Amino acid sequence: MSITRRDFLKVSGMGAASALIAGCAGMGASGAKPKVVVVGAGYGGATCAKYLRKWGPHIEVTLIEPNDKFVSCPRSNLVIGGLRNMDYLTHGYDNLPKHGIRMVKDTVVAIDPGKRTVTTKGGTTLGYDRLVLAPGIDVRTDTVKGFQEAEAAGKVVHAWKAGAQTALLRKQLEAMPDGGVFVIGIPGTPYRCPPGPYERISLVANYFKQAKPKSKIIVLDSNADIVSKKPLFTWAWNSFYPGMIDYRGSSAATGVDGSRMVVSTEFDDIKADVMNVVPRQRAGELCALAGVRNDSTGNWCAVDFISFESTAVPFVHIIGDSVAAALPKSGHMATNQAKICAAAIVELLAGRKPEAAPVIANTCYSDTSATTGGHVANVYRYNAEKKTYVDPGGGGATPQGDELNHTYAESWAQNIWAEVLS
Amino acid sequence: MHKMLILAAASAALLGANAFAVERGELLASTCLSCHGPDGHSTKVQGAVPSLAGLEKGYLVKSLQEFKAGTRASSVMKRLASGYTDEEYALMADYLSKLK
Ligand SMILES: Cc1cc2nc3c(=O)[nH]c(=O)nc-3n(C[C@H](O)[C@H](O)[C@H](O)COP(=O)(O)OP(=O)(O)OC[C@H]3O[C@@H](n4cnc5c(N)ncnc54)[C@H](O)[C@@H]3O)c2cc1C
Ligand code: HEC
Repeated sequence: MSITRRDFLKVSGMGAASALIAGCAGMGASGAKPKVVVVGAGYGGATCAKYLRKWGPHIEVTLIEPNDKFVSCPRSNLVIGGLRNMDYLTHGYDNLPKHGIRMVKDTVVAIDPGKRTVTTKGGTTLGYDRLVLAPGIDVRTDTVKGFQEAEAAGKVVHAWKAGAQTALLRKQLEAMPDGGVFVIGIPGTPYRCPPGPYERISLVANYFKQAKPKSKIIVLDSNADIVSKKPLFTWAWNSFYPGMIDYRGSSAATGVDGSRMVVSTEFDDIKADVMNVVPRQRAGELCALAGVRNDSTGNWCAVDFISFESTAVPFVHIIGDSVAAALPKSGHMATNQAKICAAAIVELLAGRKPEAAPVIANTCYSDTSATTGGHVANVYRYNAEKKTYVDPGGGGATPQGDELNHTYAESWAQNIWAEVLS
Repeated sequence: MHKMLILAAASAALLGANAFAVERGELLASTCLSCHGPDGHSTKVQGAVPSLAGLEKGYLVKSLQEFKAGTRASSVMKRLASGYTDEEYALMADYLSKLK
């Protein structure tokens, strides 16, 4: 009888056969250690690799990432607002090998889910028993007319991945004369970090208030209204920056012109001194390589929420921003998904069923000025009937900011960086 | 068929002997550590989120119950504690209390 391991599991329903499978899966088909390859060492991937080794010390874990350093998106708005520098966001990967993680500095360019191999740009091919994809987002610069030309000319940035664009946006704001106009475009949901644009607006306003008080911020939001922590941001904008922020709902930025420094909407051309348009997003291209960018929109990856295994391709798990879910796309969430996924993989490799009722939580802190901040915090419980996470209630957002949350936001950053990378 | 039954029994025994490599309390509590720090050790700076490692089990459970009830003031813990059951408090507290 020639059936694959997966078919075998399907027909046997994790019963008798799983004990048999456990024998070989636990040790790998050839008696070798089970192999897990994790792609992307951001919030999700680095955490998953660490916890796979913690909970499955017998597992051979390889983590593939092209970047030398981890540069955090969380807290990058403080750099843009001039309250921190790039060094503060930048962290090394030096501690990860101490956990027995094999780090490969490369980009994955091909995945063969049939043979269960990944291939890197550098030409290495690695086999896996389980594959974890955590590539974050792809920013669709092709969906905003003129963006790519203007971006190449250094005239517009999204700065929705932390790094060179974060530093460039800061430089442009510093060079802008007092009385200048900063135009920011916000994509429609779902996008990475729902409160992120509004935190950025607050901290740029905080900078203008100190350094160039005659300046204006024009907000072109694709969404009808502020999508996250609206009372918090409304409170901050009215209390600290009255008259500075011109918020326009249902006003998607559809084009940019770098030579004229103009951002266009369907109705208007708006002259800018500094342009920060954040285009729509989708799951990282890596997910398309694996054939797992399969939700109804073709933008995100549908998963089984107990194991974060793809609904389309067996033995491939997806975590973090790339997942199709009614869960906020945050670094905090990515690390928590990583832990549920790591535990599930350890159980699956041992031929057991993963935890049937996982619980995860999200918290996003947002600073609203140099001394105040707020948060949104919710718990999400797996619901077996609905096969997804359900909010049991009791969570929510701070209606106003304060110093306490501002201080805890800093502590959160220090602790999550340690949790992901130390 | 007979063979299948024996195997099923063996499989059940296997599951019974070692239900999970990661116990539920540890898995639940792991998601608290993004704020409370690796292995429950927060940074030791002024105003940091408190460390949880090695706190007494009863104290941990009581704290979570009081956060939920609102009888102990909190910035964020009421919103988080509200999403878990008393049984889960005990499982998490058991794990956290044993962290060195
Ligand atoms: C301005 C801003 C502020 C934010 N603030 C917060 C906040 O306060 N709190 C919060 O929780 N979240 C915040 N976020 C959201 C957070 O940054 C993301 O949700 C988080 O980074 C998602 O983690 P991830 O692992 O999915 O992706 P990432 O952290 O982006 O990691 C993806 C990694 O995969 C690598 N990769 C991609 N493709 C390949 C490939 N083919 N081969 C190998 N490697 C690859 C990339 O180089 C990258 O290192 C913010 C985001 C922004 C933009
Ligand atoms: C978003 C960050 C965050 C997360 C996530 C978080 N905590 Fe907290 N925790 C805090 C803060 C901040 C305090 C201080 C009280 C307050 O202001 O809410 C605290 C306080 C506590 C205390 C009191 C400690 C003491 O010394 O008295 C306990 C117990 C606790 N948390 C348990 C947990 C558990 C269990 C979880 C996971 C279910 C958790 N926390 C998740 C931020 C967090």
